[in-house]
Amino acid sequence: MSLALYVARRVVVLLPTLFFVSVLIFSLQKLLPGDAAVALAGEENDPAAVAAIRARYHLDRPVVVQYGIWMARVLRGDLGESLRNRLPVAELLAAKLPVTVELAVCSMTVALVIGIPAGVLSAARRGGPVDVAANVVALSGLSVPHFWLGIMLILLFAVRLGWLPASGYVPPWEDLGRNLTTILLPSVVLGTGVAGVMMRHTRGAMLQVLDADYVRTARAKSVPERLVVLKHALRNALIPVITLGAIEFGRLLSGAVLTEQIFAIPGFGKMLVDGVLNRDYAVVQGVVLVSATLYVLLNLLADVLYFLANPRLRGA
Amino acid sequence: MSDGEAALSLPAVQGRRPSVLRRLLRRPAATAAAAVVSAFVVVAVAAPHVAPYDPIKMDYRAVRKAPSEAHRLGTDEVGRDVLSRLVWGARASLLASVVPVAIALTVSIPLGLLSGCAGGWLDGLIMRLTDAMLAIPFLIVAIALAAFLGPSLTNAMIAIGIAALPTFVRLARGTARAVTTEEYIESARSLGCSRVRIAVRHVLPNIVAPLLIQSSLTAAAAVIAEASLSFLGLGQQPPAPSWGSMLNAAQRYLVQAPWMAIYPGLMIFAIVMALNVLGDALRDALDPRAGGQ
Repeated sequence: MSLALYVARRVVVLLPTLFFVSVLIFSLQKLLPGDAAVALAGEENDPAAVAAIRARYHLDRPVVVQYGIWMARVLRGDLGESLRNRLPVAELLAAKLPVTVELAVCSMTVALVIGIPAGVLSAARRGGPVDVAANVVALSGLSVPHFWLGIMLILLFAVRLGWLPASGYVPPWEDLGRNLTTILLPSVVLGTGVAGVMMRHTRGAMLQVLDADYVRTARAKSVPERLVVLKHALRNALIPVITLGAIEFGRLLSGAVLTEQIFAIPGFGKMLVDGVLNRDYAVVQGVVLVSATLYVLLNLLADVLYFLANPRLRGA
Repeated sequence: MSDGEAALSLPAVQGRRPSVLRRLLRRPAATAAAAVVSAFVVVAVAAPHVAPYDPIKMDYRAVRKAPSEAHRLGTDEVGRDVLSRLVWGARASLLASVVPVAIALTVSIPLGLLSGCAGGWLDGLIMRLTDAMLAIPFLIVAIALAAFLGPSLTNAMIAIGIAALPTFVRLARGTARAVTTEEYIESARSLGCSRVRIAVRHVLPNIVAPLLIQSSLTAAAAVIAEASLSFLGLGQQPPAPSWGSMLNAAQRYLVQAPWMAIYPGLMIFAIVMALNVLGDALRDALDPRAGGQ
């Protein structure tokens, strides 16, 4: 099967998913208790303002028509306007995207640097103390509430030791050094959680591959164990881990909600929380829609990577 | 015992595998995790008898006092006893771990059975809907729902339950679908069993084990989700105690009163870790093929 055909097939499956995602996000608005126009008007209880909102958002039209109007605007890149500062949500999102991407890339780097070697080591020393320790650390990474870990790291590295800033963000083009110091702690916080997932999957994949016949053959040929593990086994074990990496990256793009809040990093997560706290529903819908779309597209990328990395699929 | 009875019971005795509970308790980590979860449940249920102080009573003479004889884990920004608030806060966490799982199970079992056993366009529709929900990360769904439903512990639990739903539906449907291809289902069908009877009597018992494992893992995720929502002010409302809202208040006094931040987080960590260990151990005990993977 050619790559183009494979991608085309996957896209055909993704379209209904994206359609339902849009329906779900549109429906959020309908969950607002009472009259949505009154809720959207917020503090202003002026009947004229409520009527204006009702007309402006077409709330007096049937729900299907409302969805159609909303969707047509979304497809044109119009995600509405923030109630708070009257700026277009799409513009706000575009400004936050580089920050969120940087945080996701740095967190993924932390996760890969910790997760993959720990998984390989754990599988190579199956049942030994290293395996047990790596498993405990991985499970801890999965169980620790990230926002608490963030607070604890601030307490240690910012408050007690004074080595790193407690919060805030400096763009890399302004001062790269300060950028790295502001992004380090949040990346460690987010990276440890993903590292736990990566470690467990790498370990699982390695254990499967290490039991394979060709690995036994390599050992029988007296290939040094280090080469067996790192060259013969790891290359194949990494195939599922690559796809997992793409999926986890998608999760990082939108899952950094509380971490961004604690470290005052102005990305998607903080935008979502600010939107929630200010009852700025257009912002909440916009962030969720863009995060979900990015997540779906990264899942597609994961499938493509899997296809490219797996020669058996290409031959099918 | 007659010969016939002996003959009937013999294979069962010979082939008996240790019960799931025994297999579970053979693992020291699982035993320790079960003990932590049990202790957590006991403390939450017996909160009025265990907590040394009223969890919402303010005492302005004891504001942000460090741990001492009088207040074992110190006091908070308005002089409330941290230990008492932790004990009472366990109730919110316990509810948040049980109610969303119950919501997810109640909705997912019929939906999963319907989707898995009926197939066709209905299956397609349910699966596309779960795909769409799975495209939005769990915590984001919970936050967005809680934000639109309005801040309260009940709404937070409903939001977490709905956010957990797609994983349960997929699991129930996938397992149900696998079971429907088994020969004994074919036999039941050829004997004239109705679709509903097959689904309830033959398929349902087989989807319980994977749902049980998922319940334990989701309970862990739900504790973190409730703490996260309460941290954002979308869950338990003040002055009622919750570990998440305690952490929110603690954030402002990290320098003056670090104990306010340390203990609630440790509690969440301990209970989530215990639930995750139990989930892993349950999976290994119920599905030995997955062991060690």
